[in-house]
Amino acid sequence: MSMLKHLLSMDQLGAGEITRILDTAESLRQVTDRPIKKLPTLRGRTVCNLFYEASTRTRISFELAAKRLSADVINFSADAKSSVSKGESFKDTAWTLEAMGVDAIIVRHGSSGAPHQLARWVKASVLNAGDGFHEHPTQALLDLFSIRERFKDLEDLHVAIVGDIVHSRVARSNVKGLVTMGAKVTLVGPATLIPAQAKDWGATIEHDLDAVIEDVDVCYLLRVQKERQNEQLYPSDREYSILWGLDRRRASRMKPEALVMHPGPMNRGVEIAADVSESQRSIVLDQVANGLAVRMSLLYLMLGKPEDGVDVGASV
Amino acid sequence: MPAQAAGGAEFQLKTRVMGPDEIRRALIRISHEIVEGNKGSEDLVIVGIRTRGAPLADRVANTIASFEGVDLPSGALDVSLYRDDVALRGPRNLEATTVPGDLDGKIVVLVDDVLYTGRTIRAAFDAVLDMGRPKAIRLAVLVDRGHRELPIRADHVGKNLPTASEEVVKVHVEELDGEDAVLIGEFK
Repeated sequence: MSMLKHLLSMDQLGAGEITRILDTAESLRQVTDRPIKKLPTLRGRTVCNLFYEASTRTRISFELAAKRLSADVINFSADAKSSVSKGESFKDTAWTLEAMGVDAIIVRHGSSGAPHQLARWVKASVLNAGDGFHEHPTQALLDLFSIRERFKDLEDLHVAIVGDIVHSRVARSNVKGLVTMGAKVTLVGPATLIPAQAKDWGATIEHDLDAVIEDVDVCYLLRVQKERQNEQLYPSDREYSILWGLDRRRASRMKPEALVMHPGPMNRGVEIAADVSESQRSIVLDQVANGLAVRMSLLYLMLGKPEDGVDVGASV
Repeated sequence: MPAQAAGGAEFQLKTRVMGPDEIRRALIRISHEIVEGNKGSEDLVIVGIRTRGAPLADRVANTIASFEGVDLPSGALDVSLYRDDVALRGPRNLEATTVPGDLDGKIVVLVDDVLYTGRTIRAAFDAVLDMGRPKAIRLAVLVDRGHRELPIRADHVGKNLPTASEEVVKVHVEELDGEDAVLIGEFK
């Protein structure tokens, strides 16, 4: 199976490719438990984090993943201190990085499709770390990894994704990945937060969380995007929490082995109660730890490939 | 371990150099040599290099365990992440690395099927040293086919096999291939 040049969308990945990425991550996860956590694999390669939106865990996770594989890392945040504040265009920034010889660009951008555009401009591999309301494929892969770690097989698992589906790139990427791996997905939330086209995603739509809570194997809560509260998409945090939040009472109705997940950062007391987020069911911190292994896996599989025009007839 | 050559060429068998009996005897001799050289089985850790060194290491460890009457741990090492040809050959599928306990102060005996350029063994040294500080690392191979590119030699050799560099040496093991055999052929 040939490996990907870019990772832009979960649409690119079939079940075989997802399995290969997760299996590779499983081997790399072992390394994170050793005293010496660094591997020499990507020595001499350079990875650039190009972030046009705020991020803590994704950027740090990618940075650490690259460093664990001995790649050099450049962090570029498009903020007041960067060339972007002087009016440099996305394209010029891309070409500047290209001229410096980076091998991979990890990009987060507020506009959907920005990573696709970048991939057309540069020779480096492009990894989408979140673009607008479109996709966040590495989050979906680490979530698939975290679920598979507990249930061994994703086939026929029932996963509810709860909350603001319409503005969530995490939801879009997760639905694609879960459906590809044979899981059954239910999208739960107020009608104002579920996009009209969601019925074509291969998921079921439900507005009442109590109707599915007893049946699900995974309850995946999305962050309530407080910055959108003035759009009046839901009445108040309090009402949201009562109708679609996971509190202790609702969590107690879940199957004994069912899991609670959240991509972070959490609004405790809104979409998830503090005690639920710290309960046995919650694998929120596993998701973070697994994110590192999954991103190492992707960097290894995408950068550890023959360069164009290099003779591959080397001896064993 | 020679993978399939570029361009989808096929392996054409020329000679079957070792069969199940020869392989069994060679591994028993190697097992005795290891214990003799170490003056006992104390502090030994037998570690096979994946893919085909791993089942061979298990057999060596079991052989030593049975004639010395001890429990002898064995492990398996995937050296893909330490290879110097990742950028040349592309990523390999990773398998689990399992090493029994702490390697500090131990005598680690690496086991592989074929010793050729020495580059795999070089990668294995780095992998082992990242996991601890063994007192010594030794090397046991079923077949030494020559053509070294690094100054590395084996302490224990099942069979020295002079080959031409265009030839391919394949080792089959019962556990993975359904038979024990050492084959020489060419990719055509």
